[in-house]
Amino acid sequence: MKFGIIVFPGTWSDRDCYYALGDILNQDVDYIWHKETNLSKYDCVILPGGFSYGDYLRPGAIARFSQVMTSLENFASRGKLVIGICNGFQILCESGLLPGALLRNDHLEYRCQWTYLKVENTSTVFTSQCQNGQVLKIPISHYEGRYYADNAMLAELEAEKRIIFRYSTSTGEINDAANPNGSLHNIAGIMNKKGNVLGMMPHPERACEPLLGSSDGNIIWESIIANI
Amino acid sequence: MPISKETLDEIALSEKEYQLIVERLGKEPTEVELGMFGALWSEHCGYKHSKALLKLLPSRSQRVMVKPGEENAGVVDIGDGLVLVMKIESHNHPSAIEPYQGAATGVGGIVRDIFTMGARPIALMNSLRFGPLTDPHNRYLFGGVVGGIAGYGNCLGIPDIGGEIFFANCYSSNPLVNALCLGIAEAKNLVRARAYGEGNLLMLVGADTGRDGLHGASGLASRTFEEERELRSTVQVGNPFLEKLLIEACLELAETDWIAGMQDLGAAGLTSSAVESAARGGGGIEIDVLKVPRREKGMTPYEVMLSESQERMLVVVKKGYEDKVKALFDRWELRSDIIGRVTGDGVAWIREGKKVMAEVPVNLLTSPPIYQRRVKKPEWLNRLQAFDVTSIPDLSRKKVNSTLLRLLASPNIASKRCVYRQYDHQVGNNTVVLPGSDAAVLRIKGTKKAISLTTDGNARYCYVNPYLGGVIAVAEAARNLVCSGAQPLAITDCLNFGNPEKDDVYYQLKECINGMVRACRELKIPVISGNVSLYNETKGKAIYPTPVVGMVGLIEDVAKHCISGFKNEGDMVFLLGDSQPVDSSIGSSEYLELIHGIIKGNPYIDLGMEKRLQRCCLEAIRRGLINSAHDCSEGGLAVALAESCLANSLGFVSHNWEVEGRLDAALFGEAQSRIIVSVVPKSARKLQKLAARYQIAATRLGTVGGKRLILKGYIDLSLKQVGEAWWSGLEKSL
Repeated sequence: MKFGIIVFPGTWSDRDCYYALGDILNQDVDYIWHKETNLSKYDCVILPGGFSYGDYLRPGAIARFSQVMTSLENFASRGKLVIGICNGFQILCESGLLPGALLRNDHLEYRCQWTYLKVENTSTVFTSQCQNGQVLKIPISHYEGRYYADNAMLAELEAEKRIIFRYSTSTGEINDAANPNGSLHNIAGIMNKKGNVLGMMPHPERACEPLLGSSDGNIIWESIIANI
Repeated sequence: MPISKETLDEIALSEKEYQLIVERLGKEPTEVELGMFGALWSEHCGYKHSKALLKLLPSRSQRVMVKPGEENAGVVDIGDGLVLVMKIESHNHPSAIEPYQGAATGVGGIVRDIFTMGARPIALMNSLRFGPLTDPHNRYLFGGVVGGIAGYGNCLGIPDIGGEIFFANCYSSNPLVNALCLGIAEAKNLVRARAYGEGNLLMLVGADTGRDGLHGASGLASRTFEEERELRSTVQVGNPFLEKLLIEACLELAETDWIAGMQDLGAAGLTSSAVESAARGGGGIEIDVLKVPRREKGMTPYEVMLSESQERMLVVVKKGYEDKVKALFDRWELRSDIIGRVTGDGVAWIREGKKVMAEVPVNLLTSPPIYQRRVKKPEWLNRLQAFDVTSIPDLSRKKVNSTLLRLLASPNIASKRCVYRQYDHQVGNNTVVLPGSDAAVLRIKGTKKAISLTTDGNARYCYVNPYLGGVIAVAEAARNLVCSGAQPLAITDCLNFGNPEKDDVYYQLKECINGMVRACRELKIPVISGNVSLYNETKGKAIYPTPVVGMVGLIEDVAKHCISGFKNEGDMVFLLGDSQPVDSSIGSSEYLELIHGIIKGNPYIDLGMEKRLQRCCLEAIRRGLINSAHDCSEGGLAVALAESCLANSLGFVSHNWEVEGRLDAALFGEAQSRIIVSVVPKSARKLQKLAARYQIAATRLGTVGGKRLILKGYIDLSLKQVGEAWWSGLEKSL
């Protein structure tokens, strides 16, 4: 299988994703420039974190209009896998590939720290290697990560088990103290109806080696690899 | 042309200096020429008051590849074909006027210094000083500075791995914002900031040029603020997105052989970048200001040459490669324009179309007068140093618990977590030890190695004793690196002082540097780059002499790095160094100021012992004997013990340890050369043997365990209480 990592002007976790997939997991992986129009050789495309177009106007608001996004919509509609991390999640919401929006953190500060994520649905291509109720230690780094959607949409996400990760304590309790940004329902990651597009604020590519404090992020990549 | 005092004031030149220019030039300078002299002869660019002293700092070792002043930043070799590029710089004055943009552009400037050499920036650090947070204006400055660092740095994708923050009255309205950047490069890809090769082209890349930041170098950074004036227009505005594009594009360019050199535009803009790179290249330059893309209409040649608009680079393109270079920048959607060329005549020619606006030999511009003075020790220093410890009562046993909690919650000692969690400190997938330990540790991908980074400088010590303060700044930085398991490699220093034209300030500067020289020699650590920020005064009052030492060290095997927090229940805790320090070690301490309101008394250090202690600790870490190492600094032994407990929420119970002298000195005194280490019991003998070999006392303090911090007979507190004070102390004062 082949992974592709999209690079917009201002993207920075492209290199970390490349490292986690290429160097740690020995996968076939390419960078994709934002002007690319042909994604046919990829099985999974990653929208990495960073500040695409400086996050000017609103995070993701400019990137969603870039050339590569038209092909990405097409790519997703054919059932291919897309994962948006941090800024990538924001772009997916802006483009309508995922519902809802990511607002400023409730404390109005940038926040970089380790968080614990409870895996809420293990029957997805992104989490199939996780145990039921498993808690992953994966860090966040964002200013606009407070997930918001209206009540109807939240109910739909809950009912369809499309909330994949929630911020939790290290033992898996979901409460306000474990919520680093005020996300509704402690949401850290969701997927689309079809189950082939995942968006998450935490950075699994940073949790790729015990030396760096955790290798829990790899389980997401391993799930994808096992499913293709 | 008779010159007015107002004109000279504007560019911070004295009448005597003006006469010198006329004499050397053989004519009255034109307006543009005078502006160029003002900028390049300013303290900020020309170091006229500090150069003679800075030369004393040792700058050689087998690993040093680029020494101070030779390039934009210093370079050390770490083997495997890799080099580290490092520099620290101040952005104090802009931050005092507009804290968010001042700090943001401080980060932007130091990052450019690193990638202009072809090195990828891999770490940022900040050393900050503010007035007390009880004053709302200081809180505004603090919030703005931290916000600016976060706003700019996070956008670049460079981890900000900490630094230090210190509060004292003298920094009210004159905060210090020192930004450090470390980069890594393959030695073969290093780019020099040299404009050489007659006929090569000067290409200006990045942002358009505007009127922002005029007189930043001469006006802002090279004089004091005697009066309240609207100076906001002298502060630049940053665009971190543009900087990120410049980083990627310039690093791509560094791997080609299309360019002769590269230089960023910082203080004094196009003037200093073009003239300084011409001076290094040994040739001349010719610039047509009409070719410089402008942000606004009606700019004069003077304004174009002195603008400090951010996010601009000057690239010296080899003749014939201009189309290739332009195509590379086009791909990154960056503007690039040829604005001039390298000449062979050693003259800086500035034209506006066909009209010559300035014609000055390059070497005249880069040879400002150098001032050196003989000064005597100020009388008031003797009074500060002559502190009699018996004039204050010793701490009673009953008050030790509450005193410790008070110290832990004081902004100078409390955890800085509420600040560093606003900085992305993990991007890059290299951060092994996060901010909050003695030093941050980053691994070097593709090798077994890691580097350790810290900044240090206790200005209270320097205020009371500039010489010893300078010694301790270097010694403590090295000790912090050693505690992480690193061998210190090199220093970048930022010297923040008042007006050097005053005798007392010049004395402080001279003595501080002398102290640093002594410690650098003794510990064999070279200074590879640095920056001087003088004129840090408000209404005639100078800040504490504040040398900030940024130091990088090398860990040969990342598996053998060490942390400051206790690791395992049951580990034995030892103090390496003097466990019964002299009573006078309470002098200049945080305790003395916080509890008694006294800022007096000499600090003390024995460099011979310091050296043995550091060697001993490093060997113990390399042999895998110890599980944690934490240096005793502000707040002394008790605070250091508490910090070691809090990192992993592990308690401590003392062994049979009794204070012999004064209680305040033993628990809160700041005697140097002391490290708290924890060891698994079976290694304790080996550690003691090793310490004996280095003639270092190793005193058994107690054992790691439980959920309380207990120093029998003195301290008994739950970790919850201790943690509440330390983790939230700073946050609560905001």
